[in-house]
Amino acid sequence: MKIRTLAATAAIAALALTTAACGGGSNSSSSSSSDSSGGKTLTYWASNQGTSLDNDKEVLTPQLQKFQQQTGIKVNLEVIGWNDLQTRIQTAVTSGQAPDVVNIGNTWAASLQSTGAFMPFDSSALDAIGGKDKFVKTALDTGGAPGQDPTSVPLYGLAYGLYYNKAMFSSAGLKPPTTWEELVTDAKKLTSGDKYGFALAAGSYTENSHFAFINAAQNGADLFDSSGKPTFTSDGVVNGIKRYLDLMQTDKVVNVSNVQYDNGTKAVNDFATRKVAMILNQNNADNSIQANGMKSSEYGVVPFPAPEGSATKVASHVAGINLSIFKNTKNKDAALQFVKFMTSPETQTALDKKFTALPVLKDATPNFTDNAEEAKTFADIYATKSKPLPLVASEDQFESTVGKAMNQMFAKIASGGTVSTSDIRSALDTAQQQVAAAG
Amino acid sequence: MSAATAAPTTPKAAGHRAGKPRRPRPAGWWLPYALLAPAVIFELLIHVIPMFTGIWMSFIKLTKAFIANWGNAPVTGVANYNVALDFNGAVGAGLLRSFLVTCAFTLLVVAISWVLGMAAAVALQKNFWGRGFIRTLFLVPYALPMYAGIIAWKFMLQKDTGAINHFFYDNLHLGGDKPFWLIGDNAFISVVIVAIWRLWPFAFLMLMAGLQSIPSDVYEASAVDGAKPFRQWRSITLPMLRPVNMVLILVMFLWTFNDFNTPFVLFGNGQPPAGDLISFHIYNASFLTWNFGSGAAMSVLLLLFLLLVSGIYLIVLNRRSHRA
Amino acid sequence: MRETQGARIFRIVVVAILVVFTVVPIYVMVTSALKPLSDVQGPFSWWPSSITFTPFVEMWKTVPLASYFVNSLIVAGAATVISLIIAVFASFAISRYRFLGRSIFSTTVLSTQMFPGVLFLLPLFLIFVNINTATGIQLVGTRGGLIITYLTFSLPFSIWMLAGYFDGIPHDLDEAAKVDGCGPMGALIRVVLPAARPGLIAVAIYSFMTSWGEVLFASVMTTDANRTLAVGLQLYSTQTNVYWNQIMAASLVVSVPVVVGFLLLQRNFVAGLTAGAVK
Repeated sequence: MKIRTLAATAAIAALALTTAACGGGSNSSSSSSSDSSGGKTLTYWASNQGTSLDNDKEVLTPQLQKFQQQTGIKVNLEVIGWNDLQTRIQTAVTSGQAPDVVNIGNTWAASLQSTGAFMPFDSSALDAIGGKDKFVKTALDTGGAPGQDPTSVPLYGLAYGLYYNKAMFSSAGLKPPTTWEELVTDAKKLTSGDKYGFALAAGSYTENSHFAFINAAQNGADLFDSSGKPTFTSDGVVNGIKRYLDLMQTDKVVNVSNVQYDNGTKAVNDFATRKVAMILNQNNADNSIQANGMKSSEYGVVPFPAPEGSATKVASHVAGINLSIFKNTKNKDAALQFVKFMTSPETQTALDKKFTALPVLKDATPNFTDNAEEAKTFADIYATKSKPLPLVASEDQFESTVGKAMNQMFAKIASGGTVSTSDIRSALDTAQQQVAAAG
Repeated sequence: MSAATAAPTTPKAAGHRAGKPRRPRPAGWWLPYALLAPAVIFELLIHVIPMFTGIWMSFIKLTKAFIANWGNAPVTGVANYNVALDFNGAVGAGLLRSFLVTCAFTLLVVAISWVLGMAAAVALQKNFWGRGFIRTLFLVPYALPMYAGIIAWKFMLQKDTGAINHFFYDNLHLGGDKPFWLIGDNAFISVVIVAIWRLWPFAFLMLMAGLQSIPSDVYEASAVDGAKPFRQWRSITLPMLRPVNMVLILVMFLWTFNDFNTPFVLFGNGQPPAGDLISFHIYNASFLTWNFGSGAAMSVLLLLFLLLVSGIYLIVLNRRSHRA
Repeated sequence: MRETQGARIFRIVVVAILVVFTVVPIYVMVTSALKPLSDVQGPFSWWPSSITFTPFVEMWKTVPLASYFVNSLIVAGAATVISLIIAVFASFAISRYRFLGRSIFSTTVLSTQMFPGVLFLLPLFLIFVNINTATGIQLVGTRGGLIITYLTFSLPFSIWMLAGYFDGIPHDLDEAAKVDGCGPMGALIRVVLPAARPGLIAVAIYSFMTSWGEVLFASVMTTDANRTLAVGLQLYSTQTNVYWNQIMAASLVVSVPVVVGFLLLQRNFVAGLTAGAVK
């Protein structure tokens, strides 16, 4: 009896296997294919911009249907979470088994360009998608290393801003800070009991590396010299990082628990639930803030302030998402049409609103928020106070090595240790060696 | 032995062929090979060929600039190994530290898991009320999918919302601040405890199975001689379990040394140095920096180390058992 | 035979400590799955402020868990069945025949347990891609690729355990079957397999658990369409909110099939080990 059961189970499972194998074979999308009717199919990997992968699908699907109506080209969409996106792109690059079009974080552009796996947008390709002049220049500049044809074009624009809780500021009699020093004083006043002045994603290496860059840029320091060699140990970089770490270490305006915040959303959550008065985040925080119950009239945004007397007013890197085409696509024309469609004013307007992104097209007005003041602030940061992260092939390694080193330094501070300037310098020296070894 | 050598009788078609008068192959000589063929094919495909590919990768400069086109990647000889073994450099120092952390981790996890498994197996050797239930209960951590158990621990080890700190600092009122368990030096303690929680039931299972194969009259005889339980354990249980222990410890050592899931699920992107086990370290070293040649070289070094340790272990144990 | 006082105390202490160690995480998992979200965001409490089953309802929406569940079932089920069949043949050969290459095979198979997964992850991916280009069989991003990977992972331990088990089945039995006119395959199917039932169940459980819990290869080789639970469960923490209650509820639900299966069949598992691996 029991053996019979076992045999039956085996038979069912074997049946499941055969169906599985067939199912897997047919509905898995190979990199590109044309079906018999002559219509083309593109595979598109989108990054997670909305509140969930499903949300992204809901937002993008109507646009993709519209594209299919216009051109007859069907787009197979896969939305990929940020945790997986880099690995997926890596395996795609390595194996050549890739989608046609992919979203990338624009900070990776130069690094991915150096793999040679992506199609350069030469002048004819740029013309095919509507000409390079349609883009905001700083946004297009993030498309690849200077002096080469970019391998990606901007899709969504993002910038960091300092979000503050209006009620908490006014009840403490404070105005939003305009210098780093004011920011620290304000944050100290707003820190009491279980309320903190500030929340940071101190356990996220990407966030940390962004602020290493921004703080260093405020000190007038660069991360790579003109020949592309890392210069992480220069005074400007070290002091910039020290300033950022000190928010937790000496100013004590950040809850040490933030060291467990391994992505930005946790800090956003604290802000939206009124546990902290200020956070630094990109403009796509709006969705999460409002989803967690804070109205857009309850918070304000100012540029992330630089120290008094600072040479530059850099408040953000030129953040955002770019679109790339894999070089080995069999549907180059269709892919270009798709990129053109995605960067057309109509699609941009629709998607910017849903994904709370800044426009990457010239003369477009930000529509991601109904708060005009916030829109103006972010547009201003993006246009005049943003500096691109180094457009060099080793940029991704800067993010992982320096960002992780900062994770460790935050961890040390949070567990009661101290991090001195020389500790920072030696950690950065290690990071610099790792970058050199990997190059 | 001899029984197995007897060639199975099969239809004669395969065996009798013209020519080769001297030693005709026994009929059906091909049968064991045919039986093994599927296993061999899959092992080759999934384990052996990829491993040789991996070894080849360790000798080329397989960085970002070349992964899209492997053919062009320059052969660099042992350059990847030089970097990995240069303990004064940042990469080598990181690898060495991770290796030492892993050694300490493995030693603790295997030793404690074995002790717990042995204690539980012995404690449950005699029948008592509720034994079956407790035995089942002990096996649950082993039956749980790895990530589910580790995620539960991850939740318990949170600083502010976790059960561990709540117990020590809110229930027992230990003084001081609540510590972090998943960052800093405490990460080591956490990863060790979680790994033990997952592994000891396996030791228990194997040892329990081993104990069941010891005939009970051996114990009865020695009890008549007046042997105390601990002496019984030393003079009967332990020697009788020797074959089990030999395999058990080796398997636990290999699994623990190669453990990737525990740090991966527990720490995610955090990668605290104290919990930076070697598989996890290599994964980050190759996938985060896109330097697959260097990652492969580190993996090959790891493999050589494991081969060496396992080889020595087996040789020493075999020699001892021959002497005995 | 009476138990001494010392042995009794030893037994009680060991059992007590290990019960606490084993149960606490499971207890936390179960109670947290029944908590409202506000409970798991604030300081920990041993008991929910109010018991709710919403996490068990919400969890299917936060992450498409149901389709991952189906994927895991198919992948683990197929890998188990195939691996069992292959292991039976291979173990039978090893146990019943002496042939050239027998010990090389055994050694190689066991030594694959040493291979660090990170070493062959990328090469395996490449080989799958090459197979695809050469033959058109799609292995990357399909369940098929994952199935053949997983069945191979459990193969070494399965072969080793089953070969030990078969060794314990008296050869006279096969001989008797042969006298009755069965070929070697007849002997395997009619005599050895029925006698080896606990061993077979043990191996099947082991394979299923291995496939059900694998994380590393699943995270690289799956796409949205064939993602397994091991990867899917991690998606909960990338959402805007960390839904610990839903994570715990999902962890419970994905554990149920393996835990129940294992606990029901554990006697066979122990018997399989006793007769096979352990002797």
